[in-house]
Amino acid sequence: MAEYILETRGITKHFPGVLANDSVDIKIREGEIHSIIGENGAGKTTLMNIIYGIIRPDRGEIFYKGKKVEISNPSVAIKLGIGMVHQHFMLVPPFTVWENIILGREVTKRGILDKDSVCSELKRLMKDYGLSVPLDEKVEDLSVGICQKVELIKLLYRGAELLILDEPTALLVPQETEELFEILDNLKRQGKTIIFISHKLKEVLRISDRITVMRRGKVVGELDGKEADEETLARLMIGKTLESQKLETYERGEETLRLEGIRLPPRLKNINLTLYKGEILGLAGIEGNGQRELLEIITGLLIPESGRIFYKNRELKHLDPRTLREIGIGFIPEDRQRTGLILDFTVAENIILGRHYKEPYTVRGRLNLPVIKKTATDIVKEYDIRTSTVDKYVRFLSGGNQQKVILGREFYSQPEILIASQPTRGLDIGATEMIHKLLLSARKKGMSILLYSSDLDEIMTLSDRIAVIYNGEIVGVLSPKEIDETTLGLYMTGARKD
Amino acid sequence: MIGGILSLELLVSALRMSVPLTFASLGGVFSERGGVVNIALEGIMLVGAFGAVVGTYFTNNPWIGLLTAMSFGFLIALIHAVVSITFRINQIISGTALNIMSAGLTTFLSRLIFKAAGSSPHIEGMIQWRFPGTNWQISPLIVIMFAVIIVSQIVIFKTRYGLRLRACGENPYAADSLGVNVIRMRYSGVLISGVLGGLGGAFLSLEHARVFVEGMTTGRGFIALAGMIFGRWTPLGSFSACFLFGLAEALRMRLEGFGIPTQFIQMIPYIVTMCVLIGVVGRAVAPAYDGIPFEK
Amino acid sequence: MLRRILISILAPFLAVLLAFSVGAIVIYILGENPLYVYKILLVNSVTKVDGWGYVLFNATPLIFSGLAVALAFKGGLFNIGVEGQIYIGAFACAWFGITFDVHPLIGIPVGLIFAMIFGGLWGVIAGYLKARFGAHEVINTIMLNFIAIALTNYLVNNPFKEPGQINPIPQTKELFSGSIIPRVYPLFNRIGINLSPSVPLNYTFFIAIFFCILVWYFLERTRWGYEIKAVGLNPRASRYGGINPNYIIILTMFLSGALGGLAGVNDVMGYRHRFLDGFSRGTGFTGIAVALLGKNNPIGIVFASILFGILDRGALAMDVFTNTPRELIRVIQAIIIIFVAIGNEFIFRLLQRLERESE
Repeated sequence: MAEYILETRGITKHFPGVLANDSVDIKIREGEIHSIIGENGAGKTTLMNIIYGIIRPDRGEIFYKGKKVEISNPSVAIKLGIGMVHQHFMLVPPFTVWENIILGREVTKRGILDKDSVCSELKRLMKDYGLSVPLDEKVEDLSVGICQKVELIKLLYRGAELLILDEPTALLVPQETEELFEILDNLKRQGKTIIFISHKLKEVLRISDRITVMRRGKVVGELDGKEADEETLARLMIGKTLESQKLETYERGEETLRLEGIRLPPRLKNINLTLYKGEILGLAGIEGNGQRELLEIITGLLIPESGRIFYKNRELKHLDPRTLREIGIGFIPEDRQRTGLILDFTVAENIILGRHYKEPYTVRGRLNLPVIKKTATDIVKEYDIRTSTVDKYVRFLSGGNQQKVILGREFYSQPEILIASQPTRGLDIGATEMIHKLLLSARKKGMSILLYSSDLDEIMTLSDRIAVIYNGEIVGVLSPKEIDETTLGLYMTGARKD
Repeated sequence: MIGGILSLELLVSALRMSVPLTFASLGGVFSERGGVVNIALEGIMLVGAFGAVVGTYFTNNPWIGLLTAMSFGFLIALIHAVVSITFRINQIISGTALNIMSAGLTTFLSRLIFKAAGSSPHIEGMIQWRFPGTNWQISPLIVIMFAVIIVSQIVIFKTRYGLRLRACGENPYAADSLGVNVIRMRYSGVLISGVLGGLGGAFLSLEHARVFVEGMTTGRGFIALAGMIFGRWTPLGSFSACFLFGLAEALRMRLEGFGIPTQFIQMIPYIVTMCVLIGVVGRAVAPAYDGIPFEK
Repeated sequence: MLRRILISILAPFLAVLLAFSVGAIVIYILGENPLYVYKILLVNSVTKVDGWGYVLFNATPLIFSGLAVALAFKGGLFNIGVEGQIYIGAFACAWFGITFDVHPLIGIPVGLIFAMIFGGLWGVIAGYLKARFGAHEVINTIMLNFIAIALTNYLVNNPFKEPGQINPIPQTKELFSGSIIPRVYPLFNRIGINLSPSVPLNYTFFIAIFFCILVWYFLERTRWGYEIKAVGLNPRASRYGGINPNYIIILTMFLSGALGGLAGVNDVMGYRHRFLDGFSRGTGFTGIAVALLGKNNPIGIVFASILFGILDRGALAMDVFTNTPRELIRVIQAIIIIFVAIGNEFIFRLLQRLERESE
C-alpha cells in the first residue's frame, strides 16, 4: 500500500520565456485535503495541468498509488481516477446538466443517448455525496455555485478518487464557500483525496490537512495544516512579509457623480449611487447581480431604460464613451486584453486610444507621430512599463505591464472620476501594490474612484465606503471600519438590506 | 392563372430545386456544429457536379457518378480541413481559395476531358424510382435526401457522436478536458460536409441539368449556408429553409414570360437570401466557437 | 531592417514556388513538359518591352482590386464583393462617359469619381447590413456580386445597348473622347521606350500607383486609418476608446467598394472605351489572392499584381501553344492563396515566439 496516492518527482516545464515548473516534488497522502498555494504565476495551475494530462512536462515523473504513470491526455488521468475542476469551468453552456456530466463518457442504448439510466445513476450519486443539481436545466441558466457542483459531480461520475480543485472559491461568496467546505469534508469522509489550489490563506488554513507552498515554479515549503499560520505562509509565498495598506482618513469633497433611478431590465432594477471628490467607493457584488451592466452604463457602452446621471449636478444627456471621456471620466475595464487594449497595436498606439482624435495627436486628420511617441515615452517612464520601445506590440508585454499601459493612459489625462473594474485581477503582488498606491495617491489628490473588485480583501482595504449591489439594486452603503467580511457577504447574498 | 401557379406541380418543382441546397446545407450543419465555418461548400458542390458527370460519362452508371461526386467533394473538404484545423488558417480565406480552385479545376479538367469549352456532353440521369401502384416517379436522390435529413437530425441531437460534435463547436476546451478528440471530431464534421456537398452538386448536374456547365452552381453553396443559418444549424430547420428557397426559385421560373426582364428575375434568389440574413439577426446563434481554431 | 524585409517576403516567395511546383506536377501528368510550358508562360511577358506593357496593363485592375480587399481586411471585413463593385463602378463611369461630352480635364476625373462613388455605395450596402444587423458580409457581398452582374447585364442589353451592334456580346456605345484615358505609348516612345501602339497600357496604371500611396498614407498617417485598423483588430476596445464601430464599418466598406469600383476604369476608360458585358472575368477574386500575397501592403500588392499580370498574359499563349488549358492559372492562384496563408501564419507564430523569448 503506497504511502502517497500521488507523488511527483522533478517535474519541470518550460514555456517561451518562463520556467513554469522547476523540478517540482510534491507528495499527496490518500484521504487528505492538501492545499497548494502560491501567487499568480507560481506554477500551481501548470503543475495541475500536467497531472491531469492537459500538457506534458519536459522532465520528471509522476507516481500514482506507488506506480509510475505517463499521463498523456485527460482520458488517461480520468481512467486512473484523477479529476480536475478548472478555474474557468469546463462546461458547455447550451447543454443541460446531465449532458455536460456525461460528455466523453456517454451511455447509449441502441445508439441513442440513454438519458433515463444516466439520470437515475446521477440521482443516486447525488444522494450518496450530498450534492444536488437540477439535471434538466441548461448550464447557461445556472449560478456559479451550482455550476461548481456540476463540475464535482462530473468527477464523481467518473469514479474520481483524487479531486483537484483550482481556485474553487474565486467566484463564490462567503456563504457558498462554507457550503463548498462542507461538501469537501463529506467527500474526505468518503475516502476521497482533495488537492485544493488557492491563494487565499484564510481558507487554506481552515480546511487543509497539509499545505505545499510554491513560488516562481519551485516548491518552497511543506507544512502541516494545523501548525501553519498566515504570516508564515505569506512569507513563504512572496518572500517577504505582507504590508498592510493603511488608509488615511479622508476629506470627502463635493459630489462628482450621481446616479438616480437607473433601470435596465432585466438586470438593473433601481440604482442610486453617489460619488464624492477624494474618495474610493468600493462596489461589491456577486457576479450576475447587475454590476457589469451598471459599469457599462456608467462608461457609456449601454443605455439605461430610465434614470438619470448627474455630473457635478448637471444632468448628462449623451452617454457614450467619447463624451464621458471628454467630461473627465476615465475607465479601467475588467478585461484588459479584450476591452482595454488592442493587442496588435503598439504601446504608443494604445496610449493614445480614446484621445487619438484630439490635438495634439491629430491635426486636421493627420496623426502627429513625434508628439504621440513623446507622450508614450513619458508615460512608459513614469509608470515603469517594462518595454524596450514604445513601438512594440502590446501583446508581448506581461499582464502587469499591460495594465500599466491602461493606467498610464487613463491617468495621463487627469480624469476627475475613475471607474476601475477588477484592476488587479491576475497580477502579481508587485504590480498589485503599485496599483493600490496609485489609486490611493490619486484619491489624495481629489480623484473620485469607483472600484469594483471581486477580491473582498481589496475592497475592504481600499474603500472609504462600500456599496453592495444585489439583484439590480444597491442594498447598502457600508463603512469598512464597521463591518467584517461575513456581514459583507450577507449583504451580497441579499440576506441583509438597508 | 393564380390557381395554376400554386399547385402540386409547383411544390414538386420547389422540392427538386431545394435538393442541392439541402444537401449542402446539411453539410454546413455538420461542419459548423463542430466549429468549422465552411464557405467552400460552393466549390464542393461544383466539383461534386463535375464528378457526377465524369463518373456517369465513363461508366454509364449514375450511381458511380454519385460515388465520384462524393469523393471529389470529400477531397476538397479534406484540404479545407487540413488547412483550417491543423494549420489553423482563417477559415474564410481557406474557403474562398478553395472556391477559386474548384472553379478553375473543374473548367480545366472539363476542357481536358471533354475537349469542350465550358460544358460537357449530355448525360443520362438516374433511373427514377416509381411509387408502388402509381405513375408517380421520384428521383432516388430525393429519397436519399429525406433519409439523410432524418438520420442527421437524430445523429446530431441524440447520439454520442452528435453530443461530442456539438461540444466541439460550443466549447472545445470543455470537450478536450473530458478526453474528446476535438481535432478528430472537427475533421469528421468537415469531411461529412464534403460528402454531402458533393451529393448536392451531383443532383444539380445529374438529375437537374443532365450536363456539367462551368460555374453551374451560381452561388447555391452560399444560399445553402444562409439556409443553414435560417434553420438554426439544425437539419430539419435547414431543410425547411432550403425548401423555401426552392419555392422562391420555382416561382421565379414561372414568372418568366410575365413581362419582367429576366435579369431581375435572376436576382430574386440572391435578394431573398440577403433578406433572410437580415431577418435572422438576433434570433439565430451560431455555435459559440464556430470559426475559431482550436489550440491547446 | 533588411532582415525584416527578407522574412516578410519569405512566405509569399516560397508559396509561389510551391504552387508552381504543384502546377508542374499537374502539367507533367498531362503529358507536357513543365519547363517548356512555364517558358511559354513567362517568356512572352518578361523578355519583350511590349510584353511588359501588357503585364502592367493586366496588373492595373488587380492593384485596385487588391487594395480594395486589403483595406477591408484591415478593417476586419472580408470584401468578397469586389467583382460586383467593379461592374457597378464601371457602369457608372461609362454612363457618364456616354452621356456627357466634356473636356478630358473634366471627363477623366469625373469618370473616376463616378466609379468610386458608385462602387463605394455598392460596398456600403453590405457594410450597412453588417453594421445595423450584424449580417455576415461574406455572404452578402457574394450575393451582391450576382445582383450586380445581372443588373449591369440588363442595363447594357436594354436601355444602354449600342444601336446597330455587331458584336455578339452586348456593350454600350463608345465613350465621348473626354472620358477616354489615353495610352502611354506616345509618352514612352518619346522617352526612348519602344512600346508599340497596340499595347493597351494606359495612364490608369499610374493612377493605380498613386492610389497605392494614397491608401498607405491613409492607413498609417491619418486618424481615420487608425480607427479603421483599431476596429479591425478589436471592435470592443475601440468602442471603449470612443470609436463608433458601426460608422467605421460603413466607412471601410465605402472606401473598399470605391477602390473596387476603380478597378473597372482600366478597361472602360482606358481600353475598350465602353462598357462590355462581363468584361471583368474574375478580377475581383484575383484581388483576394493579390491582397494575401502582398500581405495587405501596397508595395506587396503592386508586386503581386505584376506577378498575376504576367500569369494572365502568359496563360493565353500557354493555352494556344501547348495543350495546357489556361484555367491552370486559376488553380495555381488558388494554391498560392492557401500556401501564402499557411506561410504567413507560420512566420507570424515564429516571430511571436521570438519576440516573447526576448522579453
